[in-house]
Amino acid sequence: MHFVVCAKQIPDPETPPSAFRVDEAKKEVIPPQGIAPVLSQFDGIAAEAALRIKEQTSGTRITVISLGQERARDAIKQVLAMGADEGVLLDDATFQGGDSYTTARTLAAAIRKLGDVDAVFCGRQAADWDMGQVGLGIAELLGWPCAIIASSVQCAEGKLTVKRVLADGFETVRVPLPAVVTVSNELGEPRYPKLQQIMQAARKTVRSMTPAELALDPSTVGAAGARLKLERLFVPVAGGDCEFMPGDTPQAQAVALAKTLRAARIL
Amino acid sequence: MAQDILVVGELADGALSATTVELLGAAVRLAEGGRVSVTLLGSAAPAAAAPAFAAGADRAFVSGDGGYEPFRSDPWVAAVQAAITQAQPAVVLLAQSTVGRDLGPRLAFRLDTAAAMDCVQLAIEGGSFRATRPCFGGNALASYSFATSPAIATARAKSQDALDPPRAGATGETVALPGPAEARTEVTGREQAAATGLRLQDAPVVVSGGRGLGGPEGFRLIEQLAAAIGTHRAAVGSSRAACDMGWYPVSQQVGLTGKVVTPDLYIAVAISGASQHMAGCSGAKAIVAINRDPEANIFKAARYGIVGDYKLVLPPLIEAIRALD
Ligand SMILES: Cc1cc2nc3c(=O)[nH]c(=O)nc-3n(C[C@H](O)[C@H](O)[C@H](O)COP(=O)(O)OP(=O)(O)OC[C@H]3O[C@@H](n4cnc5c(N)ncnc54)[C@H](O)[C@@H]3O)c2cc1C
Ligand SMILES: Nc1ncnc2c1ncn2[C@@H]1O[C@H](COP(=O)(O)O)[C@@H](O)[C@H]1O
Repeated sequence: MHFVVCAKQIPDPETPPSAFRVDEAKKEVIPPQGIAPVLSQFDGIAAEAALRIKEQTSGTRITVISLGQERARDAIKQVLAMGADEGVLLDDATFQGGDSYTTARTLAAAIRKLGDVDAVFCGRQAADWDMGQVGLGIAELLGWPCAIIASSVQCAEGKLTVKRVLADGFETVRVPLPAVVTVSNELGEPRYPKLQQIMQAARKTVRSMTPAELALDPSTVGAAGARLKLERLFVPVAGGDCEFMPGDTPQAQAVALAKTLRAARIL
Repeated sequence: MAQDILVVGELADGALSATTVELLGAAVRLAEGGRVSVTLLGSAAPAAAAPAFAAGADRAFVSGDGGYEPFRSDPWVAAVQAAITQAQPAVVLLAQSTVGRDLGPRLAFRLDTAAAMDCVQLAIEGGSFRATRPCFGGNALASYSFATSPAIATARAKSQDALDPPRAGATGETVALPGPAEARTEVTGREQAAATGLRLQDAPVVVSGGRGLGGPEGFRLIEQLAAAIGTHRAAVGSSRAACDMGWYPVSQQVGLTGKVVTPDLYIAVAISGASQHMAGCSGAKAIVAINRDPEANIFKAARYGIVGDYKLVLPPLIEAIRALD
């Protein structure tokens, strides 16, 4: 079987809010000083889901694909170190500045080019823009079914069995291959590569694919093809001033809180 | 300028979901006199048409076929697509729910247009539709316009206001939709989260615990605090860090990838206040934070705070609340 993991390199989502800045004129996030970009959390978990199946199904290969600039190579290397077999970097000037539509279109073209893919594993949402569209978009463009927000994924007899997180519980669905699945944190922590695996990953192939190879018209990818136009990007102003409860002991502060909430008619 | 709008309706326990009612209210405002349509699918759909008219719809696309339940993407996409073909709306609105998270992007790609997910503001600016949504875990807000039509947006629960008052007794046109198309997805099992009384989203008070509780035992104190406030008023929530450790059920997670709550009072205990957590509770009328770190981000959003160890603060707080009145 041949699986694809879609992996995106993003600004660290655990950046403290106090260090988070945007350039409103350029409508861009200003990379925080000294905080390196990371593999989007859910994409590491998507890789984990694919690797768990690979361990149980002999002859399974995993290709990791990332659309991004040169630094996206780090996201690819990380998934290769976890145990994926090969990487594809989609780094071309015409791919930049796109939206969910152009990203899904470009990734779907790369998956089509690989030719023999049985399943695609995406994160439930990229932890930068938090959209949650690309997995479903790839599925629609390829005409495949898609199961979103998975907490476990199993593969047998040409089908994926996916446990999905719903608002009030879980649901188990079965979809025929080829299919796309988007993975959530309830699946569990991604494995941590050993030093030896990191060294091996350095020798694994990362190929690139150009718009021409993918037969993509430059007017349909990147900024030129985007359908969502970002008009404004800004940091909302934070709420009120916190009133700290007076008192020298936890006891006194607790009593002050109860009384304050009562006086404010909140309790 | 008037524009036609389609809302993808959802039913909960046989009635229109609260978010559907809110979306219909938003649709009436955004339509500026244009036509508001709604799709209603499932066995309770025919009975939901009248409430949908009262909530703001002029026209309902309805199929009462039970095959639309439980939600599966393929038949729903086909039905909503059929309604879009007839209604030709400028804007399609969905809830950021199990249904909308799936249908929003799929409709966008199938109709060769775009979707903005999890929006908190929907507006008409300069005659065109504008959707504003949190991004970067809630650290920033992004406003989008659309280059293609229809514009598709999913909206966060409680971000929109229902019509007030509703159009009591209003009638509208009903259009029948065909029965469900075949689904590639087969649903083989369902587990309902243990319903522990009050639903998190409905509770006027939510008490949440985080990683700083240090273990599942900490949640016993959180539950006692909720009980002291009243089991009919207070529900217990959790940060993702605490859910990921298995200390509390996933169904109680508050935040960007959990539930969005808008209670009168939100008490955050041993929660640092990461933007992704705040995304789920910043709509609370008042936030109380109990944290031993005075620099914790949660205090920036809190109205009232206690800096201290929860193990020392909660027992006397539970006593003091029991002693009120
Ligand atoms: C894409 C994405 C989506 C996410 N979605 C969510 C989501 O939906 N919900 C969510 O909650 N998180 C979410 N997160 C995770 C989020 O970024 C934080 O990691 C998480 O909220 C931290 O949980 P916490 O505050 O419980 O833990 P921590 O950040 O570890 O904070 C623990 C706090 O407890 C305090 N503390 C420790 N001991 C005590 C004590 N004895 N008494 C009092 N205080 C004490 C500490 O000072 C600290 O402030 C998401 C992250 C990403 C990247
Ligand atoms: N630039 C990208 N390169 C590779 N995969 C991506 C990229 N953008 C999005 N994805 C995949 O699609 C998922 C959902 O992204 P999004 O729809 O942008 O929230 C991510 O978790 C990734 O698996």
